[in-house]
Amino acid sequence: MSTRKTAGESGAGGVAPLLAVDDLTLQYKTAEHLVTATWRVGFEVYQGDRFVLLGPSGCGKSSILKSIAGFLPPVGGSIKLAGVPIERPGPDRMMVFQEFDQLLPWRTVLGNVLFPLLVNRRMDRKQALDHARALLAQVNLDRFENVYPHMLSGGMKQRVAIARALAMEPAVLLMDEPFAALDALTRRKMQEELVALWEEVRFTVIFVTHSIEEALLVGSRILVLTPHPGQVKAEINADHLSFKDVGSPAFETLNRDVHGLLFADKVEAEALATGGRHG
Amino acid sequence: MADRVMPLPIGRPERKVYPPAVDAPRDIARPLTFIERVTNNTMARRLFILVVLISAWEAYSSFLANPLLFPRFSDTALAFWDAVAHGVLLERTFTSLQVLLVGYAIGLALAALFTTIAVSTRIGTDLLSTLTAMFNPLPAIALLPLALLWFGLGAKSLIFVIIHSVLWAVALNTHSGFTSVSPTLRMAGQTCGLRGLKYVMLLLIPAAFPSILTGLKIGWAFAWRTLIAAELVFGASSRTGGLGWFIFENRNQLETASVFAGLFTVILIGLTVESVIFRSIENATIKRWGMQN
Repeated sequence: MSTRKTAGESGAGGVAPLLAVDDLTLQYKTAEHLVTATWRVGFEVYQGDRFVLLGPSGCGKSSILKSIAGFLPPVGGSIKLAGVPIERPGPDRMMVFQEFDQLLPWRTVLGNVLFPLLVNRRMDRKQALDHARALLAQVNLDRFENVYPHMLSGGMKQRVAIARALAMEPAVLLMDEPFAALDALTRRKMQEELVALWEEVRFTVIFVTHSIEEALLVGSRILVLTPHPGQVKAEINADHLSFKDVGSPAFETLNRDVHGLLFADKVEAEALATGGRHG
Repeated sequence: MADRVMPLPIGRPERKVYPPAVDAPRDIARPLTFIERVTNNTMARRLFILVVLISAWEAYSSFLANPLLFPRFSDTALAFWDAVAHGVLLERTFTSLQVLLVGYAIGLALAALFTTIAVSTRIGTDLLSTLTAMFNPLPAIALLPLALLWFGLGAKSLIFVIIHSVLWAVALNTHSGFTSVSPTLRMAGQTCGLRGLKYVMLLLIPAAFPSILTGLKIGWAFAWRTLIAAELVFGASSRTGGLGWFIFENRNQLETASVFAGLFTVILIGLTVESVIFRSIENATIKRWGMQN
């Protein structure tokens, strides 16, 4: 497993990557500190990937996603979508957040899905309506189109957010721990629905999570990051695993391997600290 | 206590209830009785309190029998009806509302301007905070002498103090509403492709609407009280005085029942605007959207 790659020398048989992240260093300011979130992170996302950024809190996975979305400009390195550097947020990189308040409370479910379509004048009103309704049907919310978001459960709100994002047919869908605030039963159901939706639509998604299991279930390829600052630890294929594999030896082995990757880092860090080498 | 742990009972049978209990109550929801519904109705309870108060008023004033100091409720109601039907009360009210609306509108426009400056630059934020910190605690009516000096007796002075009473409350609330829009919602709006004026109109304003509405309500309440107070001080200059002048005039003529009728009108208009107009805006917007409980 190579820890760093540069854009161009990819191993995907000559297919150009959709999104190329190269040597990405991100920093942000808090009230007292300048925090380095990631340090020289590089990876490539291909058309149709379910690309998971996996790591413990503090590994900068959310910062990477925000940077791809265009909210956090890189301090070093570059992010290119189809060869074009990312400058600002835009509907070609629709984002689904963890927080439920990402929906516009003053618009109905249908109004929320329509919103980006109408703002960007993607299609005329009639077409947009049909398109939005079709997407709501796909996430099983067609009966709720005239309901305001505050009357929905957490899982339903997230489904609206997913429908709204997919309505724009983004080049890449960004999901920032979208199911982390849901209860365990709903979370599993949402994961299954997301993969089923992907089977149907074949969108490209970058999915941030700190759950190894979720990464294995949702992802086709997993980027494992280590914290403080975020650096690439490994990149793993998980396309062969599906929901019926949960508990199977192959699943558990990979689960343990990834766990080992994340946990080994902690041991190393502790060894470093006790070894008296302060950095 | 900690060393004496109660042992768990051994051999409790497990159980599965299937089918569910048949004798569960059939009608889970039962319609309320008439009495229950009436006592649950806020309007009904308040109406009851009003009736009690009015009876007490009528009884006390009949006992006092001094219409100069404390007229009876029936006399006041009569005076009110008389002033509405044959007198100048409607005209006076109209004059007051006209001045009020002009002042309110100018105040809102200035508040929008100040808030725009405040959200677009940091020095603008400081400007707004400093100005509101200075002027918000200053009762608008205290500026009336100065206003009279600058603009003379007349509607201009009234409008000046009304603007002052509206502007700071609305600007302060709108600005704090804008700054408290959640980062997630902001980012969601931006990924949807909102920028510039569209971002303000389609995202910030509706998202901050609860605060904006609070500002509008406070601004209205300030403006209404300020106007009546200012009209009490003067209003004779122009041919048509306002409601405050109506009260002042009738006091001078010792028409106490009419003074009460004037006060009643002030209450009535205040109530109508606050609990009919603003309430229906609230119900149609932030309550419906679940942005306020």
